[in-house]
Amino acid sequence: MSEVIAPADAAELADVVRAHAARTAPVAVIGSGTRASWGRPVDAGQVLSTRAMAGITLYEPAEQVVAAAAGTPVAALDAELAAHNQRLAFEPPDLCGFFGTDGEPTVGGLAAGNLSGPRRIGAGAARDSLIGVEAVNGAGEPVKAGGRVMKNVTGYDLVKLLAGSFGTLAVLTGVTFKVAPRPETERTLVVRGQSLDAAIATMGAALASPHAVTGAAYDPGGSATATTALRLEGFEGSVNRRIAALKDDLDLTGEVDELDAERSADLWRSIRDVSALAGSSPVWRLSVKPTAAAEIATALGPIAPVRLLFDWGGGLIWAMVPDDIAHAGAPTVRAAVAAAGGHATLVRAPESVRRSADVFQPLPEPVMRLTRAVKRAFDPQGILNPGRMYRDM
Amino acid sequence: MSELAVPEPDANVLARRDEIVAGLRSIVGDDGLVDSQEGRRVYETDALTAYRAVPLAVVLPRTTDEVAAVLAFLAREGVKVVARGAGTSLSGGALPSTDSVVLGLSRMNRILSVDFDNRTARVEAGVTNINITNAVAGQGFFYAPDPSSQLACTIAGNIAMNSGGAHCLKYGVTTNNVLGLRMVLMDGTIVDLGGEHLDAPGYDLLGVVVGSEGQLGVVTEATVRILRAAEGARPILMGFGSAEAAGACVAAIIASGVTPVALEYMDRPAIKVCEAFAKAGYPLDVEALLIVEVEGSEADMADQIERIVAVAAAHGPTVTRVSQSEAESAAIWRGRKAAFGAMGRISDYLCMDGVIPTGRLPEVLVRVGEICAGYGLQVANIFHAGDGNLHPLVLYDMNDPAELRKAEAAGADILKLCVEVGGCLTGEHGVGIEKRDLMAAQFSAADLDQQMRIKSAFDPGWLLNPAKVFPLDGRPEKDEGAA
Ligand SMILES: Cc1cc2nc3c(=O)[nH]c(=O)nc-3n(C[C@H](O)[C@H](O)[C@H](O)COP(=O)(O)OP(=O)(O)OC[C@H]3O[C@@H](n4cnc5c(N)ncnc54)[C@H](O)[C@@H]3O)c2cc1C
Repeated sequence: MSEVIAPADAAELADVVRAHAARTAPVAVIGSGTRASWGRPVDAGQVLSTRAMAGITLYEPAEQVVAAAAGTPVAALDAELAAHNQRLAFEPPDLCGFFGTDGEPTVGGLAAGNLSGPRRIGAGAARDSLIGVEAVNGAGEPVKAGGRVMKNVTGYDLVKLLAGSFGTLAVLTGVTFKVAPRPETERTLVVRGQSLDAAIATMGAALASPHAVTGAAYDPGGSATATTALRLEGFEGSVNRRIAALKDDLDLTGEVDELDAERSADLWRSIRDVSALAGSSPVWRLSVKPTAAAEIATALGPIAPVRLLFDWGGGLIWAMVPDDIAHAGAPTVRAAVAAAGGHATLVRAPESVRRSADVFQPLPEPVMRLTRAVKRAFDPQGILNPGRMYRDM
Repeated sequence: MSELAVPEPDANVLARRDEIVAGLRSIVGDDGLVDSQEGRRVYETDALTAYRAVPLAVVLPRTTDEVAAVLAFLAREGVKVVARGAGTSLSGGALPSTDSVVLGLSRMNRILSVDFDNRTARVEAGVTNINITNAVAGQGFFYAPDPSSQLACTIAGNIAMNSGGAHCLKYGVTTNNVLGLRMVLMDGTIVDLGGEHLDAPGYDLLGVVVGSEGQLGVVTEATVRILRAAEGARPILMGFGSAEAAGACVAAIIASGVTPVALEYMDRPAIKVCEAFAKAGYPLDVEALLIVEVEGSEADMADQIERIVAVAAAHGPTVTRVSQSEAESAAIWRGRKAAFGAMGRISDYLCMDGVIPTGRLPEVLVRVGEICAGYGLQVANIFHAGDGNLHPLVLYDMNDPAELRKAEAAGADILKLCVEVGGCLTGEHGVGIEKRDLMAAQFSAADLDQQMRIKSAFDPGWLLNPAKVFPLDGRPEKDEGAA
């Protein structure tokens, strides 16, 4: 076990990074480590955690903005927002169940992973809500990007680069999100027994309707009945009217059910947290255009049995593959996304597999060249989470 | 003419002009090249008309491959390049220098494909913003970011500036609506970033290219999200006796949890000019006017209007008028979208673009008035109130160089005020040349160095639009080997 150091503030954290940069000594960067296995294993003698830097530093509900130190538990932020009838629009997942980890996911980890839930299709990703960051780069310099206002094009949007960089460019020390009002209510339309093709068509039609659908997911069911779920949120009267209109527009056949607010919330929590794939078998996460879903499912056929879940109208596919398949089926999965367009990440797998296979999608040469140049621009010695995203970077 | 420094032109490049032009001609042919003095003069400025420089040459390529060949050639020759869409930048983003080649996208303006099932459109980057919506409106779709310049400005310019518009309160700005792009690096390498799927496989390179003001690469194609339009949309006009009351009303609407699609603000001088131009029925006897738009089905709109009017009542609007017809709604928006043009008919102006926390609105408006009065200048305010993006128009006379300097000084004071209250220098128009020297008010040296290292990562020789965004002092040493 490497030593874990958890600095109390950004200045102290910068000192630690600077000292390591001076020695070109790698550090593994974590929040609380609940998703440390998302990525390739990091070989570093020092683990640097932001968990001791916690607390909300700014919250202006009337301006819909909140800022917090990176180690602030997501749950604490959620609770504070809920007390003011607000929330993070991108519906951050809690993947502790999925990864079988315990601990408190932090807001810094959330930003560093650009993790978004079902509402991503309409409300945008974590990166779209993240309007400002404070960070320490690989040279140990504190840098900031973005700010606390809703619109900002001053200089380059480094916030986007840092969102989803998994601690390989800089250590986030503070994050600022724009927040959204919590809707008065929600309701979900569930269609049972649809084939994948039918479900993709239904979800596509729902998302192309003017009724503001905020969730569109399909669970082929494994051994149970397949369910297609469509969520509407808003004021009670509006949700009632829109759900009726949506039903009319979709002209659904088969068993159709309507979930009340509580059951709807439960369902989307489990979709968000990928609860159906709890366990330890390898899981891939694919991002594709929604109409490619069927083609992908067919292409994954050789990896039997594969358990699939579809979110984002079909654009997000979770695929759980058997334990005993070589490289977690990487060649088949990569070939499938190469043909359909998009990318695949091996989000859960034993360490040995994550060491030998590419966890993140391999990039075409010119994009990889830019990726390396960006890495050097932030972390010239290559000391932050080396190898976590790409083998030799 | 004015205070913003222009870097010394590269004498070596100027001396080799004929050679460079000949090289460009061999790539794009006679009709892809603008060589004459009069022809090049068309490209000497953008919508920040106080600054001008006739470029070395202008190329108008037709394909990504031509763009790649042009850039590779100019990289070898060490010649600077300024990419250009429609030249509507308000910050001097498309301003050339005498030693640079303008690369215009005007011939790459096709809609390549529309995919309604996946709700995306693939376009060449020189297409105008409005033409994307025009191409999909028949099926009830639209491209959401709607800069007031949307009839003219291109998606390339929108991507470079991360442009916004009145309806961005609900739908986000350009960066939230672009899924992929094809871009040519300065060395001629063609890269594809993103695609039709959501989110990046690795670093969000697309995310940093959007808003990079033509400094990282030349965008030639883009995949954008198209959205299904709401069943209906309806603006409400609300007039107030004071800026404070209108500002407080904006904050109350945002805080109430009803998210309007748009929430726009005009002050008395702006109302007068826009009404004269658009005959939209704006009330003339108020200090401040809000345009609040809602959308949805009839019943949904009625519901939202009721909520908004109830929230607003506490702030004592002197006029509340809900649009009664499509024609009236169109006129209301015509007035708002024509605001800059209409102001331009009565005076020259500098359009500021700072952003502030919405809670500080009333106080900042008062101080903006005081700053301008202090320089003996008038100001009109027209802006996106819902997200705190101010557009004070500082009026001046272009024929009086002393007034221009005063207007620039007033503008700088206003932007510093925005930063001081917790905001930023620019919300959608970009830094360009205009705010370049103010960057240190918002960023530390380390922040700027970090951004400039990204510039160097994409364009080691600093040949793409180099005179913009970053203060001229404190730039990294050029990597001469790469140029
Ligand atoms: C009347 C008026 C109203 C306006 N209203 C708004 C508004 O509501 N919201 C808003 O956000 N802006 C507004 N603007 C500003 C302006 O229209 C936007 O910045 C617009 O996006 C510029 O587009 P353009 O095609 O004119 O680009 P240009 O002005 O030609 O160029 C702008 C920048 O883009 C770069 N660029 C151009 N093409 C490329 C390319 N292919 N690859 C890389 N970089 C490139 C240029 O180098 C330059 O830095 C307004 C301007 C005017 C004049």
